[in-house]
This record gives sequence, C-alpha cells and structure tokens, in this order.
Amino acid sequence: MRDLSRRALDTATQQGAGYADVRLVRRQDEDLTVKSGRVEAVSMGETEGFGVRVLVDGAWGFASSGRLDAAEVDRVAGLAVRIARASGTALRQRVRLDDRPPAVGRYETPLQEDPFALSMDVKIDLLLEADARLNGVKGIAFTETMYHAQREWKAFAASDGSDTEQVITHVGAAVEVNAVEGDEVQRRTYPDAGGGYQAAGFEYVRGLDLAGRAEALAEESVELLSAPQCPPGRQTIILDPSQLYLQVHESCGHPTELDRVFGTEASFAGTSFLTTDKLEAGFRYGSDLIDLVADATAPGGLGTFGWDDEGVAAQSVPLVKEGIFVGYLSSRETAPRIGRASGGAMRADGWNRLPLIRMTNINLLPKPGMSLDEMIADTDEGLYLASNRSWSIDDRRLNFQFATEVAREIKGGKLGRLYKNPTYTGITYEFWRSCDAVGDERSYVMLGTPNCGKGEPGQGAHVGHAVSGARFREVQVGVGKW
Amino acid sequence: MAEQQEAVLSVARRALRFAEQAGATQCEALVQRTDEQLTRFANSEVHQNVSESDTVVNLRFIDGQRVGVASTNRLDDDSLRRLADTAARICRLQPEQPDFAGLPEPGSVSMVPGACSAATVEATPEQRAEAARAVISAADEAEVLAYGSYRTVAEQVAVANSLGVGVEEPRAHGHLIVVAMGADGEAGYAEGAAVDHTRIDAAALGQEAAGKARASRKAVSLEPGDYPVVLEEYAVVDLLDMLGYLGFSALAVQEERSFFEAGKRIGSDLVTLRDDATDTAGTPASFDYEGIAKQPVTLVEKGVCREVVHDAQTAARAGRRSTGHGLPAPNTYGPFPLHQLMEPGESSREELIGGLARGLLVTRFHYTNPVHPKLAMVTGMTRDGLFLVERGEVVGPVRNLRFTQSYLGALAGVEAVGRERRTLRGFLGTVVVPAVRVSAFTFTGATEH
Repeated sequence: MRDLSRRALDTATQQGAGYADVRLVRRQDEDLTVKSGRVEAVSMGETEGFGVRVLVDGAWGFASSGRLDAAEVDRVAGLAVRIARASGTALRQRVRLDDRPPAVGRYETPLQEDPFALSMDVKIDLLLEADARLNGVKGIAFTETMYHAQREWKAFAASDGSDTEQVITHVGAAVEVNAVEGDEVQRRTYPDAGGGYQAAGFEYVRGLDLAGRAEALAEESVELLSAPQCPPGRQTIILDPSQLYLQVHESCGHPTELDRVFGTEASFAGTSFLTTDKLEAGFRYGSDLIDLVADATAPGGLGTFGWDDEGVAAQSVPLVKEGIFVGYLSSRETAPRIGRASGGAMRADGWNRLPLIRMTNINLLPKPGMSLDEMIADTDEGLYLASNRSWSIDDRRLNFQFATEVAREIKGGKLGRLYKNPTYTGITYEFWRSCDAVGDERSYVMLGTPNCGKGEPGQGAHVGHAVSGARFREVQVGVGKW
Repeated sequence: MAEQQEAVLSVARRALRFAEQAGATQCEALVQRTDEQLTRFANSEVHQNVSESDTVVNLRFIDGQRVGVASTNRLDDDSLRRLADTAARICRLQPEQPDFAGLPEPGSVSMVPGACSAATVEATPEQRAEAARAVISAADEAEVLAYGSYRTVAEQVAVANSLGVGVEEPRAHGHLIVVAMGADGEAGYAEGAAVDHTRIDAAALGQEAAGKARASRKAVSLEPGDYPVVLEEYAVVDLLDMLGYLGFSALAVQEERSFFEAGKRIGSDLVTLRDDATDTAGTPASFDYEGIAKQPVTLVEKGVCREVVHDAQTAARAGRRSTGHGLPAPNTYGPFPLHQLMEPGESSREELIGGLARGLLVTRFHYTNPVHPKLAMVTGMTRDGLFLVERGEVVGPVRNLRFTQSYLGALAGVEAVGRERRTLRGFLGTVVVPAVRVSAFTFTGATEH
C-alpha cells in the first residue's frame, strides 16, 4: 500500500503538482435493523480506494478510484493534475497552505470489546429483545431498532513527508417506537432520534441498555396520542441533552465552519452570520455561561482522531468563551486568511471525497452548580423538551426551528403533563444569549450524529457533541397552525 | 473514463455464481459503476474540482426465508467469493422472515431511449471549467459573484438474480446549479439538469441567477403571516420531493405513516402528479434496483390520490406486481418515486404572478424538514430571491421568511399551474415541474437577510 502512495505522490509531483497528498482508505460497515419483531436488514459493506489531492500553480485538483493498482494510480494522479490545471483557468486567488510539521505516527480508537469480532447473533439478540419490549406495550403501531458499526483504516501521505496511519471505530444503536391513531403519528426514540453513537467498542452499545428503556418509551408514545397540543407562546424551556446536542450542531457547529464564512458552501448549504469582522470585534454569541469548543481529542466523540485528513494533529479549539465568539473550525487553506494556523478540522467521507472543514466534537462545556434535575426544580414555569423530531435553519444559520418528540410541562419546579407536537424557534445569537443555566458534569454526555451532510458531491460526516442540558428564557414555542 | 473494464452484468453474474456455490436458495447482485466529475465554484473562481471512479457490487443472499446483504468494491474472484461467504454467514445467523416474498421473477424490460448520452460520458474537466467561466462572466456583468457546481455523472447499472433477471443499462446526466450573490446580501438562483450535459445552457442560467440577485438588492422586512404565493419551479421541487418521501411509498401506506389513501382528495383539480421513468422530459431509466421494469404510476390525478409506488416486497404484501421502484437492498424505507413529474397547466409566468393581489413570489426553499409527517406539515426557509407582489406586479425584494405549512394544504390551494416545466434534480432523483400559484401559505418567522 505504501508503494502505491509513494507512486501517486511521485506521479503528481513529476507532472507539475507543487503539493500533493494521497489517502488510502478501507472502510467496513455493519448494519442491523429490526422492524416490528422482524429482522428486516442485515448487511455488511466494505469499500477501499484512494484519493489524490494536488495543488498546481495554486489551483486544486482531486481524483479518486476504487481500483488499487499501479496503472490506475498513475491515471488518477495524472487526472488530478489535469483537473487542477482546468481549475486554474477560473482562478482569482492562488491557494496558500499554512506551515505545519510533517505528520507522522499511528492512532487507533481505544475500545474494550471489538464490535467486528463479536458474533452477529449477539447483536441481533440484543435488538430483538429491545424490540420485543417495545411491542409488549398495547397500542404500538410499528417499531424499529438499529445497530451500526463502522471501522475505517486510512493511511495519509503528503509530498511534505507526512505519513500517518489511523484505525477509527464507531458504533451506534437506537430504539424507535411509533403509535398511530388517525392522522396522529407519535414517535419516541432512545438515546436520540438519530441513534446513540460513540467512537468506542460494543461496550458502548451494551451500556445503552436499550431493552431496559424500551417499555417506558413505548408507553410515552401511546400517551402522546391523547396529549394536548403544545400551546403557543413565549416560554422558559429546558433542553434535554437529546435535543440540545442538535441545537449546538446547527447553530454553533455549522456557522463556525470557516469555509462557509468564505462562501465556498454558499451554493449548497449556505454561508454564516459569523463573519470574520465578528471575530475581531469580540461578538457576543451567547450569555456568559456559554463555553463551546471543537475538541478532536474528546474521549468517545465521533469527531475524535489522531490527525485530520490533511495531516494536522487533533486539538481542542475554543469557539465561544464566556459567551464571546473567539474561533473557527478551520483548515490549512482557510486559517492563514485570518492570521491563524489550522485548527485541524479537514475531514473526508471516505477515499472518494475531498476533505472539507467539518465539525469534530463541538461541545458545550458543563457548568458547576446545577444538575438537570436541580435546574427543573429551579424553574417555576416552562417546558422540558427532549428528543429531536425535526430541524431547520436558514442559510446563514440565524433563524432556526426545531420540533421535539415530547414536551413536559414544568410547574412549580416539577415535571407535569405531556404535550404533543412541540416546536420552538428563534434567532441563534438571541437564543444563546437567553441561556441562564447550563447543567453540570452529572448530565454531561457525549452524543453525536453519523449523518451530518455537507459538500458537493455530498459527504456525510460523523460528528460528536457533548452537552449537559441547558435552560433558555422567553423562547417562542408552539409554531404553526395545528 | 477509466480504461475498458468488464461489463457490469458480467460482474453481477460472477457474484451470483459464488453465491450459488455458497448455497443460496436465491440470490441477487446489483452492480453500479460510476464515473462522477464535479467542478465547484465560489467567489467567481473554481475552488474544488473532483473526479471519482468506482464499481460497487451489492449481493443479496437468501437461504429459505432468511436474507443477508453484503457489498464490496473489490471485483476479483477472491473478493467476490468472500463477499458471497460473508452474505451467507450473516444470512444464516438470522431468524426467518415469515413474510419475505422472495426475489422478483424476471419480466419484460424494454430499454427506454435517452437514458445515456455519449457527450456526458465523455465530459472533460476543461468543459466543466468552460461552463463555470460562462456563469462567472454573467455574474461579472451583473456585478455579483458566482457560486455553484457543475456535475457530470456516467453510470452503468446491472441487476441479475438467480430466477433469471439479467438487465444492464448505461445512464448519464449533467447538472448545473448557480447561486449569484452580491455585497449587500442579495442572491439569485438557477439550475438545470439534462441527460446530455451539453444541453445545459450555462451562460443563460448564469444570467438568470445574476439577474435575480440584482433584483434582490435592498430587500425589506415583511411581517410573517398568511400570503398567497407563486412558487417557482425550484420551490415546487421540494413539494414533490417531500410528498414522495413522506407518502407515495407503498411501505409508508402499509405502516400507516402516510397521508395517502386511494380516492382521497389532497389537491385541487389542477394537480396531477406522476412518477414516470420512461418520460424523456426527465432522466430516463428502464428498470429499478431489483431489475424490474419501471412502470409509470399516476400518484395524484386532478387532486385525488390514485396509486403509490411498489417494490417486490410491498407488492407481494399487496398481492400485486412491483411497479419498479425498488431501492438497493437492504432497504428499510421501502420503494421510492425517483422520477416525479407534475403535469403542466395553462398559465404563463406573467399570468401566475398577475393573479396575486398581494402575495409573494418564492424562488426556492431551503433546509425543509417535516414537523408532522402524516399531515405533511413542513418547515423551511425561503432563499435566493423572495419578492412582494402587489396588484399582479413585482414591487420589490423582501427578506427571507420561515414557513410552517402543510404541503397537502399547499396542493389543495393550487389555483394556477405554469405551462412551462423545468427538469431539475430532487432529493434522490429527477423532478420535472411547473411553477404554481397557491391561494395561501403560512409564514411563521423572519430572518435578517
């Protein structure tokens, strides 16, 4: 394999590349789905290939192939150079990369129980048991339990002498239950709507205790059918970690991507309100309680690695400090444009995709003082919102609207009745400025999503979010006509 | 394109042979070879330019009532043998699926003309850069910046199964999207898709987006509320995509999560929606990912629900034959309409806008998501050009608004349909749509641009 990497770099540089890097990637996926008591899907996938990225006279080219032989390596490296030359015919600003020492070494996700060494029937039994518990509750229409594991081996080499090898393992699982009556479909999920995921071994899945949580979840989905509609108005809300992580993802993670700020995602996902003048001005993003970091070293995070996909070492980058906007997710190309070095956030979705600035683990740091339960007890009136049901945010990441699966009334410091179809909306910085409580370490949990979409051709990223729950004041809830 | 390679149907049959040797009672191989090239531009320069070549084999291995699926992109005999062994192993670990209907029997598949284009297959990086320069030139003239992407995709798809299905087809398409933006935050959009990428007029689309961006300068705030709207074709795509995702799949109906009931009225008389992969207005395909011939399906006729799309499994449950809408296995979401078309109406663009006493002209939607799937209640933002219309005339740009609206309610409120249609790329497939005028649309929030 190393021979192929060296050949790709040599071919690219001989044909005119001033800089070249190559990633060889082999990915293995395992997926199980149980639907309403039936094993609906069991699949294993493997893919391998390589991608060559080159800079020719300051213009980028990238080509990739799933065929790993010397002739194909020559063709693809040559094609990358040809593509870069075509790019150069519509170029206004030559790309300049920041300096970094060559990356050399090996990284592997720490884990206790290798999910790929474990027999498939153990995993199937775990899902079937959880699914049976869900279906044991009267009134359930359909259920779905899932398990996913992914292992990616990748070797990165660059013309500057970088040479790294990484083996990254992710696992995830979830239960979902749906109750249906007429036009009403009420869903409940655990650990959250997209599934609980971590960089870990099967011990993480066992720790979720899917079966143990199933029955109460199913009962709540049935109860939601007859619950009153969430009333509209301005309210105090407390976001459970199962919703707060997505709020962080959409309204902090994406707007701090520096490539968005510079417009390179404008035609697809949009740009960002966090323009560079706001960095210089010390823009107030949230209340004093808000400390957000992009931490690629956080244990268990889906955005944890040794080096990013252009050979920058994993690090923790402050994004918001005591409410003030202080940093971006960045790359070797974008960071120098604001006078900084790359924060190591370039990640590619496999061998056939170009690395883009992606979230690593965007974490809202816990604040000593109140647990989530104590936060509820400290709230006279409001709503407790859990588990995402839908999400939407504008193309500059300002106006957002979320729906959650469930809302519980808070009255006199206690959780009360259930409301169905809750929604809330706001403007990003107004919302984060209205935060007056962040949970402490006791509810701090690493969640994440394996399907963060960005780029063209589309790329899915595995990104992590550690959060502990938080309270926000005067938030508009109950949007739309019901 | 890479050098000449083994035909995809031949790869599929090799995979089947190894599955049969491993003891499959039935087996199916789907092989997809893709050569995809994409040039992205932003700030009026090319900033990403990529190429990908890959061939993926997806093997469905069946032993009685058990099913296992495995995939690989390694095509040598040893790898395909290992693929078959993997699929067999995971298949045999499972409990039986009592209602598994088996693989589909072979049927007649007529190859639809127009699925592929030699020009697209042979597209070069230089041609894509030329298209980008044409868009940038239009933006320069309008004193805005150009953003977008130009993609060319050449595919070869083959499906073979042990019951005798054996089909292959080359497919291709090109796709250009353009966003033009100015210093004041003004923005415009244009898009085109075609099997033959040389039919995409990059300069014209560049001019359309740039012109709209100029017209969007100095947008003013507007109070959210209920407004009649004209939805341009780019916005109508989202209606069809979302309704296809939420309700036009037979599995969604069987699981009771769909709004769809045959005979139920969900739209005005002006709304007729079909899925038809044989229509050359879109990007044709002859068969689905189970090797079944694509059948035209009338989803909604004059506002009334008619049929949903089926794959082999949902069809067996319903006691009928698949309509040719199966997705690659394993597929827990069910069949999907990948080639939706909305019938055109009789109105010109001027007549659509002319019918608004006071309302909004919407270019497109952004980041839409269902709030309540069965009611098809969706939220999202407007983007890249929103205009206030008074007494039938566009009076000026307004800042973007958030909507929270049932898409079924929108179909019911369609009071005029454009006579021109555009071929555009949707969520998963190609969509052919006209613009529409809708009597009321609920906007629930505002943003700062």
